[in-house]
Amino acid sequence: MLGLDLSFFNWDIISKFVIKGFWFSIQLTIIATLGGIILGTILALMRLSGKKWLATPATIYVNGMRSVPLVMVILWFFLLVPAGFYALIPGGSNNRAEISAIITFVAFEAAYFSEIMRAGIQSISRGQVNAGRALGMTYSQNMKLIVLPQAFRNMVPILLTQTIILFQDTSLVYAIGAYDLLKGFSTAGKIYGRTEEAYLLAAVVYFVMCFGLSYMVKRLQNKIAIIR
Amino acid sequence: MNWDWKVFLNDDGSGRTYLEWMFDAWSWTLAVAGASWVVAMVVGVLFGTLRTLPNSPWLVRLANVWVELFRNIPLLVQIFIWYFVVPKIFPAMKELPSFVLVVFALGFFTSARIAEQVRAGVQSLPRGQRYAGMAMGFTTAQTYRYVILPMAFRIIVPPLTSESMNVLKNSSVAFAVSIAELTMFAMQAQEETSRGIEIYLAVTAAYAVSAFAVNRVFAFIEKKVQIPGYIMAGAAGGGH
Repeated sequence: MLGLDLSFFNWDIISKFVIKGFWFSIQLTIIATLGGIILGTILALMRLSGKKWLATPATIYVNGMRSVPLVMVILWFFLLVPAGFYALIPGGSNNRAEISAIITFVAFEAAYFSEIMRAGIQSISRGQVNAGRALGMTYSQNMKLIVLPQAFRNMVPILLTQTIILFQDTSLVYAIGAYDLLKGFSTAGKIYGRTEEAYLLAAVVYFVMCFGLSYMVKRLQNKIAIIR
Repeated sequence: MNWDWKVFLNDDGSGRTYLEWMFDAWSWTLAVAGASWVVAMVVGVLFGTLRTLPNSPWLVRLANVWVELFRNIPLLVQIFIWYFVVPKIFPAMKELPSFVLVVFALGFFTSARIAEQVRAGVQSLPRGQRYAGMAMGFTTAQTYRYVILPMAFRIIVPPLTSESMNVLKNSSVAFAVSIAELTMFAMQAQEETSRGIEIYLAVTAAYAVSAFAVNRVFAFIEKKVQIPGYIMAGAAGGGH
């Protein structure tokens, strides 16, 4: 029907083109998740601090990032980060697109993670905060020892779901030509004139990874639901 | 930093200014997003409802497969598949303009997310609602039409709002198959004029304004259809 030749994608081609992109996609996902959660938690704390000079900039940042398409943000950072900055990073001038992608994803995902963490912090009952204060804890002790650990734990399934979405979104670095999983497949497809097979295989790989991860998140969710 | 906003009045080489080009591109963005939204709503509501049917395990399974399939593959990959692979399977589709293919891709991609929300909305209703419909002698179709769906729709207005804003933002991915929308305009105009900051600022503002407008329209709808005494739960985080 299609004249597909999937056997064409042998180990040689995969190790030559795809593995490199696969690692970059994974790297980008992990760095953006960790960086995004840390930055996002700080943003959430700023918004909930009750101090206007902290809350307003954080709100503007989060709402601004969330009202713009990711592709635009990727292009923005690629355009704006000066070439001198890449020279500071070892091997930076050869991997401009990749480094710019990492910075973009941390900055962009922080806005989304911050909304999740904010909801998590707000889901902790007032009694917990009051109990901490009754024990004589300061604001920061209260946050660090009482509120954040619980908020984080409650939000683990949603944070992981967001990570799966993030992993899918890493394919958008296509816009600046960074070498990710999708680029690996499409490059191989172009060189050997097998575009259709390449995109189908890419779809299968993304599907298997995302489906597997979300299945695991679902199981984790059930486990946590019992504890609470 | 010196601004040069006059760049928008320059001729782009085909007799129109960059400003006119940008407004053309903006209307393409709105067209892609609007058409995809309609596809996503129709298909999403259909499959979302199928997933909650009480006595049709095969329909439920079919709808579940649909949702998992379209939810777990990145939008960009789906667009490439609609563009490169699908016309090979159905040669009749070779005639279709890439606009239609992108609308299918973005529409079906979003339909999976909307189906998920419709399902959640239906399942959040107390069981008594369904039983009340049955006790009135309604058929399953009537129960859904008159009891369940009107309630479910009202409950899912907040997540539908963010999903509709997502359709608008996700339409930017259409640049990958050369639809002349805002992102494509930004990339090309930046290359031609090398006034990237001004161009990107204007395009970013256009996206933000459009997303905000969608947000206001839905806030209005939410207020209009509100059920008195019923607390609407806002959905937390997630999605782009």
